[in-house]
Amino acid sequence: MPKRLSAKQGFTAWALVVFAFLYLPILVMAIFAFNKPSATSVAAFHGANICDIPPTQVGNITVWNGFTSCWFSAGLHDPTYIPAIVTSLQIAAVAAIIATVLGLGAALALARMKPRFRAPFDAVVYLTLVVPEIVIAVASLIFFVQARNYFHAFPALGKSTILLAQVVFNASVAMLIIRARFVGMGDTLEEAAYDLGSGPLATFRQVTLPRLMPAIVAAALLSFTFSFDDYVIPAFVNGTTNTWPIVLYSAVRFGLTPAVNALATIMLTITVLAVIVTAIVLRRSRVQVTPGQEKAPGLDAAIGLR
Amino acid sequence: MAVAEQTDTEAVATPAARRKRSFRPRYPAWLTAPSLLYYAVFFLGPMALLVAFSLATQRGFGSLSYGFDISQYRLIGNSLYTTIFARTLVMASIGSLLTIAVGYPLAYWMARYLTTYKMLALLLVVVPFWTSFLIRTYALKIILDPNGYLAKYAGINILYTKYAVAVGLVYNYLPLFILPTFASLERMDWTLIEAATDLGARPLTAFRQITLRLTLPGVITGALLVFIPMTGEYIIPGILSGGKYEFVGNVIGDQFNEAQNPPFGSALSIALMGALSVFVIIYIFFATREEQFGA
Repeated sequence: MPKRLSAKQGFTAWALVVFAFLYLPILVMAIFAFNKPSATSVAAFHGANICDIPPTQVGNITVWNGFTSCWFSAGLHDPTYIPAIVTSLQIAAVAAIIATVLGLGAALALARMKPRFRAPFDAVVYLTLVVPEIVIAVASLIFFVQARNYFHAFPALGKSTILLAQVVFNASVAMLIIRARFVGMGDTLEEAAYDLGSGPLATFRQVTLPRLMPAIVAAALLSFTFSFDDYVIPAFVNGTTNTWPIVLYSAVRFGLTPAVNALATIMLTITVLAVIVTAIVLRRSRVQVTPGQEKAPGLDAAIGLR
Repeated sequence: MAVAEQTDTEAVATPAARRKRSFRPRYPAWLTAPSLLYYAVFFLGPMALLVAFSLATQRGFGSLSYGFDISQYRLIGNSLYTTIFARTLVMASIGSLLTIAVGYPLAYWMARYLTTYKMLALLLVVVPFWTSFLIRTYALKIILDPNGYLAKYAGINILYTKYAVAVGLVYNYLPLFILPTFASLERMDWTLIEAATDLGARPLTAFRQITLRLTLPGVITGALLVFIPMTGEYIIPGILSGGKYEFVGNVIGDQFNEAQNPPFGSALSIALMGALSVFVIIYIFFATREEQFGA
């Protein structure tokens, strides 16, 4: 018997539809990591391992052709993808460290600076966040080429230029996350430390830094993810270096095998775990707020909204 | 959740708990020096050079002379490029509106009806945002493939059209809109709705006159937060339109990759930022209003 839905049921139904929309494509991609090449291409192939079939002959792989798990080993031994992933990991690790150090210094000094002095710095930070990435990418390309022309010590286009360009955005995000936490902590405990005779450096090391740690870790993790997933900047300032997003983009545009799905699935799994760890760390940082102080950063701060 | 409520009451207690103190530990201003220097060299430097390039004159292949040549900007007036600018802004607007239509009810549901599972729902929204943009766009491409199930059995064959680009925009930017919108709905005092309905307002009237009004600044902030990067989008049109329905970002990229015309690419970049700045100013206006209004 049809009954009128309550508002709550209606909203819940909509929410389920939206979550399906968000997760179904990812799920399908992961399932197709186990997909065989099309029957005709398997029949035409003479090798022993069907996952050696090249992208051009793999046939239609957007419908289910049968189960195989060999794409995972094919992907993990791929001579193009694996070195590119290693390069991306290296760049992301260094970018995360530099961005976090820059962000931490700026966050500490800015948080308690007079608004008058802080405003110009903030303006630049927000500018780095709103300028479209494609604009930053081409501007960086021009800059690096010119810099190399005039100063031969300047690195040629490659890993280091990708790193240099990416740190701009990452440092801004790191600074905002750490500053939100720092402002939220208040200064009562630091005051207590001073009252009890602790010097500025000891106070920083023993009081401020440990309490900032969740935000520092979160900033580093997010910066790492950003850098690792970034396509647009590396696509312009890479020179001849291949990063994972670069090989992924050209594979998606010009043909691929489910080995790409396999690698993407592995990476998705790692990212999801990292996000969950970040969320837990942030939640812990939320609970530790000193009573009577401002709100601690939530997940909104985690994605650079504040 | 319990945690969120606890911090809320703390925020209320803030002014009372704070007393006047002479103690304000400050960290030395030189701590900003490294990042200031970094921004100056690797952000402001490239930006200044971009402006210089946009005003330079191309002399043959790969060499140019600096000057004050606005011919590149005049070229943007060409209908070929105004079309692409218009298309970019229209698509970003449609994408933002669709994102609101899809995302607002979800954020509303999370704030209004969820208790135990609120954190889980929030995590479900955040996870796609942090998984690779490129991988998610690829995942969407698999589903939309003309040889795939959607095209074969549901008759939805939209890959390489503007519809695929629109779906891609909503798909990728939805989480970014939901988070701030949820935050503003979360601050809503739902007893106001109770009071309104007790006084005889119909649910829809109460929603329109209270919920919508109170959360509008948050919605506008969230919408601009997705609109701004959508206008600079490069990956989604590149993959989902197969190069057939390019945004300004793709045309900028082409000037550096294929056409080898950096001055024109630079001028396009500056024009794009000019068009965007209007929306950024509106964003800052609403974001600061939201800040004063909330918390």
